[in-house]
Amino acid sequence: MIRPDAPTLLEIRDLRASVEDQPILKGVSLTIRAGEIHAVMGRNGSGKSTLSKVLAGHPAYTVTGGSVLYRGENLLELDPEQRARIGLFLGFQYPVEIPGVSNLEFLRVATNARRAERGEEELDTFAFEDLVRERLAVVQMDPAFLERSVNEGFSGGEKKRNEILQMALLEPVVAILDETDSGLDIDALRIVAGGVNQLAGPDNATLLITHYQRLLDLITPDHVHVMAAGRILRSGGKELALELERSGYDWVDQELARLGGEPERQPVEVA
Amino acid sequence: MVAAPLTSVPAGSTAGAAAAAWLADLAGAPLPSRRQEDWRFTDLSPLLAIPTGIAAPSGGLPADPWRALSLPAGVERLDAQQAERALGTSLTACAAADHWPVRLNAGAAPATLVLRVDGDGGSLELPLAAPEGDGLVAWRLLLLLEPGARLELLQVPHAAPGHRQLLSLVTEVVLAEDARLNLGCLALGRDDCCLLNHLAVRQAPGSELLATTVSTGWSLARHEPRVLQEQGAARTRLRGLQRVEGRQLADTHSCVRFEGPEGELDQLHKAVAGGAGRSVFNGAVQVPRAAQRTNAAQMSRNLLLSDRARIDTKPELEIVADDVKCAHGATVSQLQREELFYLRSRGIDAGTAARLLQRAFCEEVLRELPSTARRHDPITALLGDV
Repeated sequence: MIRPDAPTLLEIRDLRASVEDQPILKGVSLTIRAGEIHAVMGRNGSGKSTLSKVLAGHPAYTVTGGSVLYRGENLLELDPEQRARIGLFLGFQYPVEIPGVSNLEFLRVATNARRAERGEEELDTFAFEDLVRERLAVVQMDPAFLERSVNEGFSGGEKKRNEILQMALLEPVVAILDETDSGLDIDALRIVAGGVNQLAGPDNATLLITHYQRLLDLITPDHVHVMAAGRILRSGGKELALELERSGYDWVDQELARLGGEPERQPVEVA
Repeated sequence: MVAAPLTSVPAGSTAGAAAAAWLADLAGAPLPSRRQEDWRFTDLSPLLAIPTGIAAPSGGLPADPWRALSLPAGVERLDAQQAERALGTSLTACAAADHWPVRLNAGAAPATLVLRVDGDGGSLELPLAAPEGDGLVAWRLLLLLEPGARLELLQVPHAAPGHRQLLSLVTEVVLAEDARLNLGCLALGRDDCCLLNHLAVRQAPGSELLATTVSTGWSLARHEPRVLQEQGAARTRLRGLQRVEGRQLADTHSCVRFEGPEGELDQLHKAVAGGAGRSVFNGAVQVPRAAQRTNAAQMSRNLLLSDRARIDTKPELEIVADDVKCAHGATVSQLQREELFYLRSRGIDAGTAARLLQRAFCEEVLRELPSTARRHDPITALLGDV
């Protein structure tokens, strides 16, 4: 939902970042206002996952230039946990398995960290169980998953649903979902997309990072951006995603050549 | 007798030399030195910082520490005379009778408890509360489980508050056919105290042993579980968890020997080392020719929290039989960066995230302790509040 008068939640200006001294982001600019859903599309290695990790504060990435303002505050000087507490959420492409840490306890500690920041009282185990059972409905998740270790032995679809469950509990202001559609069958995709749609509202914003159009059939973006070689090459409305679906990414190389930029590199895996 | 010169005693430390002489006199043998393979990584000098003498309240002999112990049905206490034939047999069978910590225990005239279990002995917590006074405290236990008997027993050795003590614990176990023992030792120590903890078990065919040792906080702790499957065909599960901080040292030297076919061993040893602490694990598994179709698995997992901490871990497999499965492995790791980032990205601060991960690491062993261990809140003792 585009409202010209809506407050700006995230303002990324000429953001540059590198990993292991290799530049990945080479000047990304993007403004996200309340109520908006943005989609960033691009090939593997275009830098779109790096963008999400830099915004969340992953320690492996070094910001080498530019700025990010979150509701007017300098986001880049905050620790990852502080970013999460003030309302930034990253849905992981590969949610991490943590054997021995119960999912229920993890969700409770995380929820209480966010609540404390908002000046709300912490929930004890009983109050939290009531809340989590209510939010489970958002992603149609079996309560049995609460008793297991965080993501341990979860299928790909279960892990992604667990991410959206965390989003439902943390009620972020800006949610960045990194390839949330990857590895999902069509039923799981519908459930996950349904969850995202339920949680999107006039006061928050969502940044979808995806390779494919199919997620955007279920979640309608207000803005679509195509990333290549570490910057945003083109922005448009939802019709841009449909155009990509028809014509593929081949035009990207021509456009990059025309701009005289470097070609895309293979992504650097950060273990 | 005169103690042999020791590499571990600082030159010119007369108090240390006197303590070494006293301990050697008690044990009838000089302190082990680091030239001996069994003690290579273990500096015994913290023992020499403990005042000499037997700890006793105001100079008197300690009273029987278990006179008020109420025993569940199926468990009876035998006096020394009744137990004479069984006392020492496990130590001898496990080739431990001459082992220095065992000799020291014997030389200290230990408080002795012999329990015989017939049928279902239920669950029992055995307090091992040291009497007041600085110095050496020695306990000796013998558990006799009759055929088919069952027992769950938790040992909680505890130094007297405010006193510098060396605790010496020797536990012997005899498991008859089809007996089942769940033995836990929860050893929450102090920085000015040491613990020497020896366990010797004889297992008859069909018997099952679960022995779990958890220790933290001692200046020096040495755990020596030794198990002999006398004719194989028994099940042995060993679990260990030790945490060191500061300049503490914790050392586990285990030995499991199969004297017959079709025995099983499942062993997991874990260590968390922070500060300039040091953790040692040496796991011997002996499978002679008679022990065909033995199935043994040993794993050592270690968490290194500081670049000044040190971990030494070593399997020691002696396998002569040819038709056996013996798996072993060891890992030493730091907290995983991706796990930490995942937790932090959910608003959990770095310190809490690290403690959650450490707690998860420890829980795998803690949950194997007899259920009564929970009331001692071992996780808080190990890691502080999470």
